[in-house]
Amino acid sequence: MQLSGAAALIKSLEQQGVDTVFGLPGGAILPVYDPLIDSTIRHILVRHEQGAGHMAEGYSLATGRPGVAIVTSGPGATNIVTPIANAHMDSTPLVVITGQVATGMIGTDAFQECDITGITMGITKHNFLIQSAQEIPRVVAAAFHLATTGRPGPVLIDVPKDVAQSMMDWWYPASVDEYDLPGYRPEVPLDEDALARAVALIGQSERPVLYVGGGTLKSNAAKELIAFAERTRMPVVTTLMARGAFPDSHELHLGMPGMHGVYAAVMAIQKSDLLISLGARFDDRVTGKTSSFAAGAKVIHVDIDRAEFNKIRRVDVALQSNIGNALQALDAAGAAPKSLDPWWQQLRHWQAQYPLVYDEPTTDGPLRPQHVIEAIAKKAEPGSIVTSGVGQHQMWAAQFWPFEEPGTWINSGGAGTMGFGVPAAIGAKVGRPDRTVWCIDGDGCFQMTAQELVTARAEGIPIKVAILNNAYLGMVRQWQEMFYEERYSEVYLSADLPDYVKWAEAMGCVGLRATNLKEMHDVIDEANTINDVPVVIDFRTDATEKVFPMVAAGASNDDLMVHPSQRAGA
Amino acid sequence: MSPEPFLGTTSHSPVRHHILSVLVENKAGVLARIAGLFARRGFNIYSLAVAPSEGHARFSRVTIVVDAESAPLEQIVGQLDKLVNVVAITDLAPSDAVERELLLATIVTDTANRTPLLDLLANAGAAIVDVDPGAVTVMLAGTPRACDELERSLETFSGVEIHRTGRVALPRLGEPAPK
Ligand SMILES: Cc1ncc(C[n+]2csc(CCOP(=O)(O)OP(=O)(O)O)c2C)c(N)n1
Ligand SMILES: [Mg+2]
Repeated sequence: MQLSGAAALIKSLEQQGVDTVFGLPGGAILPVYDPLIDSTIRHILVRHEQGAGHMAEGYSLATGRPGVAIVTSGPGATNIVTPIANAHMDSTPLVVITGQVATGMIGTDAFQECDITGITMGITKHNFLIQSAQEIPRVVAAAFHLATTGRPGPVLIDVPKDVAQSMMDWWYPASVDEYDLPGYRPEVPLDEDALARAVALIGQSERPVLYVGGGTLKSNAAKELIAFAERTRMPVVTTLMARGAFPDSHELHLGMPGMHGVYAAVMAIQKSDLLISLGARFDDRVTGKTSSFAAGAKVIHVDIDRAEFNKIRRVDVALQSNIGNALQALDAAGAAPKSLDPWWQQLRHWQAQYPLVYDEPTTDGPLRPQHVIEAIAKKAEPGSIVTSGVGQHQMWAAQFWPFEEPGTWINSGGAGTMGFGVPAAIGAKVGRPDRTVWCIDGDGCFQMTAQELVTARAEGIPIKVAILNNAYLGMVRQWQEMFYEERYSEVYLSADLPDYVKWAEAMGCVGLRATNLKEMHDVIDEANTINDVPVVIDFRTDATEKVFPMVAAGASNDDLMVHPSQRAGA
Repeated sequence: MSPEPFLGTTSHSPVRHHILSVLVENKAGVLARIAGLFARRGFNIYSLAVAPSEGHARFSRVTIVVDAESAPLEQIVGQLDKLVNVVAITDLAPSDAVERELLLATIVTDTANRTPLLDLLANAGAAIVDVDPGAVTVMLAGTPRACDELERSLETFSGVEIHRTGRVALPRLGEPAPK
């Protein structure tokens, strides 16, 4: 069967089981958009290519399947660079297809030419510049294989216009052997010697902590984690990227560690004698000053990516494996620590002493952002998905929303990309239409990608957006207040400009506002009755509210600052 | 684990270097991926030699000499290994490797310097590969140290142009050197 390269590309996506792509057409990618009309694949037409990328990420993080985006060359391609970088940092599987000028024009500064494979070399797991239509099926199959296996990540396919237009004999690779990836070995057999050393270390341990990172979610190991934790009674902490990997309601869960972590979770790591890292990467937002991070602990590092070992922290045992397999092997070997009773006594004491708290809400407002999040969570159906932007609201959402299952917390961790929340929520809702999807957003973040609510309305994707409107780039304001002598430089945004309710309405959404406690409850109830169009709520929150606990940048985790009400003399 | 790096003293080798012999797919852009990886992480490449490998058009052999002091070797190898086009990496400590390099030099000659030059070349084992009345081009295929020494000796002559290929290496045969 003879097909155009463009038709072969779409057919290859169908072969991969792709049901949805996010994109926006243009000159170089025009040939690819033509066969899309006849395809079963749903195309979501975004208003900005950054939206397409973050939607694909949200889709992937909610479903566990790779997200797919299609954009044109030049500015279309550069507009999606931020989501690619974001997906790279958070190991999210994406396949991004970019149009490119015709092969004969490459290198001539042709209209809308840009070297997108060069630009994205350092922020993709791999990228391809397709040379001939005949290789399209192989490249597409290889791209999905690369994106989803081993340590997942974004893969870019650059498709010159003439390649899309030329004809090929349809074929499809039958197996991985035909992908032409001689250098790619995503999995290695478990090192039995390292496993035995891990078992021995666990056997000597009296104060272990399971330090659970995003890799645990990537390897679908939530079940194995519960089994291992319950058998060994080890305490669990879940990083920002791992919220939902272990139920927050579970008695063994201490919560999130790191810069804005729960006191007991931070201190458990600091005082541990054995840190078992499961798909975590010792990010500086978790470790604080590395030299004093868990200074007395031995470290067992389980990761699929060997380049993570000894990168930040010298480890005692490196176990290259996906998390589920490693936990099963440790279980099978009967790895068990010493009695943890004294350890748990200490942990329970820390939990009781310093729980997550915030000041009493006042009836007349302004609202407490943490209280708004708790109120939405209380009224949300179990299993609701939450996305967020980046800033204070993100940290409060991670702290105060109770996460019970994988795929319910979607945020930008490694890159910290403002504007991630709204498009990610749209992508998540497309992937999981059965779930309620809330975006807990900041007023600053909302303004970066809000135009995608037009996409949501046009495509019938009813997400709910809660703007915690503190009239500030709040997180930056917090740092200026605490570390720059309250010299506020370029962080004020205004609560009223733009008018978020009118803006929402102009985009075809329902717009609501709450300034006091009664309105807060009313608008949440109202939003919960709306299931056909997107809802945007402008919650007027206290601009002076700060995220606690907090470890100052570069400080030791031992110097965690708790909420002012919990400090000596308070 | 990797063996202890060699503590060398030659003027042109990094003090503690490692040789990475990297088999890669012979595809467009692969060298840029490798070079980019080093650049992004601030690792310095001391020398680099690339050629098709073992008669195959499909693979190339890249020999990279890195300064093991300025760059964490384990990180470099781990990151290189993640490049999809990298097929295999052999990490050679100089004590476990046979290293060779090619040096070409053109020297302006006159009646005064001809005799000392010929003596020097004979001593170094360099061969004359091209001549004209006013200049000579010589070649030395030898250890990087021999090339260093010839290069240093030629410093006393004026009108010298030197090109070196960067080294290639293979594991030493027989027992590995004691660590
Ligand atoms: C694209 C981008 N630009 C700048 C920053 C730096 N930054 C981090 S948080 C933040 C403030 C976010 O403001 P807002 O969305 O209102 O959230 P808030 O902290 O007030 O809850 C800024 C500017 C960033 N993370 N991303
Ligand atoms: Mg704000």
